[in-house]
Amino acid sequence: MEAILSQYETVALNDVKVWFKAAPVKDFPIDGGVCVKYKEKQIAVFNFQLNNAWYACQNVCPHKMEMVLSRGMIGDDKGMPKVACPMHKKTFSLETGENLNGDLDAIATYPVKIEDNFVYIGFSE
Amino acid sequence: MKSILVIGNGMVGYKFCEKFVAKEGAEKFKITVFGEEPRPAYDRVHLSSFFENGDAKALEMAPRSWYEEHNIELITNERVTDIHRATKTISTISDKTYTYDYLVLATGSSPFVPAIKGIEKKGVFVYRTIEDLEGMMAYADALKKRNPEAKAAVLGGGLLGLEAAKAVMDMGLEPHVVEFAPKLMPRQLDTRGSNVLKNKLETMGIHIHMSKATNKILGDDAITGMEFGEYDKINVEMLVVSAGIKPRDELAKTCDLAMGVRGGIVVNNKMQTNDESIFAIGEVALYNNMIYGLVAPGYEMADVAADQILGKTETLMAADIDMSTKLKLIGVDVASFGEPFMPVEKGYSILFENKTKDLYKRINVSHDGKKLLGGILIGDASDYNMFHQIYLNGLPIPEDAEELIIGSRGEGGKSFGSAMDIPDAAQVCSCESVTKGTICNSIKDGSCNNLADVIAKTKVTTGCGGCKPMVVDLVNETLKSLGKEVKETICEHFEYTRQELYGILKIKKVTTFNEALSTCGKGKGCETCKPLVASIFASLYNDTANKEAVIQDSNDKFLANIQRNGTYSVVPRIPGGEITPDKLIAIGLVGKKYDLYTKITGGQRIDLFGAQLNDLPAIWKELIDAGFESGHAYGKSLRTVKSCVGSSWCRYGMDESVGFAIDLENRYKGLRSPHKIKGGVSGCIRECAEARGKDFGVIAVDGGWNLYVGGNGGATPKHALLLAEQIDNATAIKYLDRFLMYYIRTAAPLMRTATWLEKLEGGIEQLKKIVIDDIFNIAEELEIEMQSLVDAYQCEWKEAIENEEVKSKFKHFVNSDESDDNLVFVPMRDQKMPKSWEN
Ligand code: SRM
Ligand SMILES: Cc1cc2nc3c(=O)[nH]c(=O)nc-3n(C[C@H](O)[C@H](O)[C@H](O)COP(=O)(O)OP(=O)(O)OC[C@H]3O[C@@H](n4cnc5c(N)ncnc54)[C@H](O)[C@@H]3O)c2cc1C
Ligand code: SF4
Ligand code: FES
Repeated sequence: MEAILSQYETVALNDVKVWFKAAPVKDFPIDGGVCVKYKEKQIAVFNFQLNNAWYACQNVCPHKMEMVLSRGMIGDDKGMPKVACPMHKKTFSLETGENLNGDLDAIATYPVKIEDNFVYIGFSE
Repeated sequence: MKSILVIGNGMVGYKFCEKFVAKEGAEKFKITVFGEEPRPAYDRVHLSSFFENGDAKALEMAPRSWYEEHNIELITNERVTDIHRATKTISTISDKTYTYDYLVLATGSSPFVPAIKGIEKKGVFVYRTIEDLEGMMAYADALKKRNPEAKAAVLGGGLLGLEAAKAVMDMGLEPHVVEFAPKLMPRQLDTRGSNVLKNKLETMGIHIHMSKATNKILGDDAITGMEFGEYDKINVEMLVVSAGIKPRDELAKTCDLAMGVRGGIVVNNKMQTNDESIFAIGEVALYNNMIYGLVAPGYEMADVAADQILGKTETLMAADIDMSTKLKLIGVDVASFGEPFMPVEKGYSILFENKTKDLYKRINVSHDGKKLLGGILIGDASDYNMFHQIYLNGLPIPEDAEELIIGSRGEGGKSFGSAMDIPDAAQVCSCESVTKGTICNSIKDGSCNNLADVIAKTKVTTGCGGCKPMVVDLVNETLKSLGKEVKETICEHFEYTRQELYGILKIKKVTTFNEALSTCGKGKGCETCKPLVASIFASLYNDTANKEAVIQDSNDKFLANIQRNGTYSVVPRIPGGEITPDKLIAIGLVGKKYDLYTKITGGQRIDLFGAQLNDLPAIWKELIDAGFESGHAYGKSLRTVKSCVGSSWCRYGMDESVGFAIDLENRYKGLRSPHKIKGGVSGCIRECAEARGKDFGVIAVDGGWNLYVGGNGGATPKHALLLAEQIDNATAIKYLDRFLMYYIRTAAPLMRTATWLEKLEGGIEQLKKIVIDDIFNIAEELEIEMQSLVDAYQCEWKEAIENEEVKSKFKHFVNSDESDDNLVFVPMRDQKMPKSWEN
């Protein structure tokens, strides 16, 4: 279990070495999420149009290690954009990764950029 | 700066620190805390919740950083081994030495393990720390793999033993409680109460063995059974010892502090031992010749010791300590307060017992009938908080004291008293010592506006939580008295109740979530308001869940229930439970092809579990081709209308129950509502379809159907109430249309019909007036609304597989057609199941 989690570490914009070309923008539901496969990793990506922003984070929920966060609902907690896990509704900040309604470990987040109608996710390796 | 050493970082040791640093003058002291356990203090009272979520962090009293922020040095994993009073020093297991000005012993207690032959065998546990639980859980897991029917015993039928039995049951083992005394919870209950409780526990599946002295633990290396007498034994493969506690007073022996004959460190009402600079608090302290095995007295001791050290010497421990308790065992209410037993010279008792409902109440009243001295409540402890306050504060009781437990005569007798009647000085939360005055004033002075504010400010309810119902009442009543509205608003994004929002969206003809936000909400929405708004749209326009998938609850979004490991279950509709052999074969073929676990559900249909997201459309295509439709097992909507075979085959049948059930299910299928709705139709009063256990139920009688509404099974079972008698099919449908539509309009989110009906002012009589007599003149409108929903029905799975855009969301990855490779299944009884959660 620990092994799954240790694959995911937050990448800051400055540390991006690879911009992975994931999929065309049209494949991402507005105000919803999908999952992107990058090597062995599963990354949840959200097209948060209400917030005019894109977010990416690990797909695995640290609560029960289920690969499901991309299927969660997004929204905000007093302005902080968040995703709610579809399993037991644990919520995580999409900006800092922190668990907003509990003491779970923070989730890893990744930078996203849009170029020529394509979605790119930033990785450090 | 003076130095305080606190030995023991348990609940009380922690509370001492918390209280101390909040007091004036604390900055002149440096506190160092020693804890033998590997982690900072945690909430032992809620230890059992660790079974449910395995979340040790959630139990923490405060994180490590809290100690740092308050300049407290916390040293865990370090046992203190000796006290040297002459030099005012202590030493620890790793041979470190520390000097003190004041020493606070908060070493708690350990479980008492009786010297039974074989008690050291593998599989015997105690129940006190997180590590104990981890050990039990691992052992139980291994046990279940070897023997899925394994049994486990708990030695001791006291408060804690029963809690342990529930935990053992939740671990999937067959629980047996072995008690030496002839009754359960011997210190809190009388024999009658114990019998009622025993009955109730047995119906829950907990086996009770009373008056049993255990001679021997059987087994070679690991436990295989317990022997009571020569021919009297039980086979169990695990044992949890919960036979009482033993104060951890070993440090007192190292330095000659005064101790009780049966252990415990003697303290006076300043919590001082016979050495003025050494204090003892919590479960190690022997006060009034007693060890108090509860947190509340421990917390009070912590407060007294803190004040004494700070020189506020007038703070003393009360002479009488309240030992009232409420059992937290989920599933049974048990409470005992004040003097549970009543010697005749002190007063008299009033008893109420109803064995059919596992209900027992006893109150003890003074001879003059003016004071409540104590009592026992089993099966329904909803009056506990009020009785406890009446007892503690000597509040007046009704002239006819029996009204306290059986209600005043006549219909709808209400429970006695209001929380607002108790005096301001009354302590409502004994764990955190919060009075009624503090709670009410925090609202009156404007610093708090709701329950959450009050909890944050006063810490009320954060201990054992037993006072919560009363605190809720106090907060609501105070708000009302100030003319402030108490309303359950949806969330930070919509400051309305569900009913209000329903009205607004309807009048303004709002049809998308973003429009709803801009019309009457704020922010970006969340997991509470999005599905709620989606459900209202469905009730207003019968939109399917495909229309705005991103605001649907996770199950509705993918039209299937998400299960462990992120796979889904598939439940086709089988109206009334009637199915042809051909359709059965079709389901069988699909199950086989996609390797799904299949099971007959409690709702007379078939569930196929373990489907992967990307297989769902293909599975549904095959089912739809075979003539099936979505069963909406995932939605807050109509589930099933259960039927019995009725007059077509049954020799007692009075009418064709299957046919009517099918009609009703087809009429209301797809109907979205505040919570799920279930129906039932029985062909006679033998009630084989359990129609009265449903949100609506129809039972054939001489001269037509009887129509019942507002029942459910589930967590709080409730029988449906009679709405109309001897009506024909068309009238039943008419009343049902009105009833369901009115419920959909007015209920709070996730409120089933039973709770809704309970809260409806005037109850079933009022509902009859609305539905049958049409006093509000809305019946026609309700019928029209329902008819338009019925007409707009379409199978959302059919829609999903026919619409490429909708279909495209059923993929695990957006950039690959692979499925999730993290899924792991294990075999089970010729089928499969997901691998268990490990963390
Ligand atoms: C499959 C089934 C159990 C079975 O194997 O028999 C089942 C399975 C679930 N039930 Fe149930 N319930 C099933 C019959 C029942 C019954 C029996 C009945 O309908 O006669 C009850 C008690 C009757 C009642 O509801 O009044 C029942 C009371 C509940 C409750 C408690 C509701 C309550 O008001 O207290 C929940 C929780 C909830 O809805 O919030 C629940 C929730 C669930 C969920 C949806 C939990 C979840 O979200 O995963 C389970 C979904 C399984 C799945 O993936 O399909 N299930 N559940 C039954 C499906 C019936 C069907 O054909 O649709
Ligand atoms: C499962 C369970 C359910 C309970 N439910 C309730 C309830 O519903 N209501 C209620 O009021 N009470 C309940 N209790 C009792 C309650 O938990 C105790 O009253 C409370 O924890 C006592 O606190 P304490 O600090 O005195 O002891 P503890 O919490 O036991 O803390 C003592 C700590 O000191 C440490 N220690 C001991 N000796 C040394 C040493 N020499 N050096 C360093 N550290 C040492 C121990 O390891 C321990 O961590 C329950 C207890 C259990 C186990
Ligand atoms: S309810 Fe009546 S009709 Fe239905 S099966 Fe039972 S006895 Fe027969
Ligand atoms: S698995 Fe995500 S909240 Fe439980």
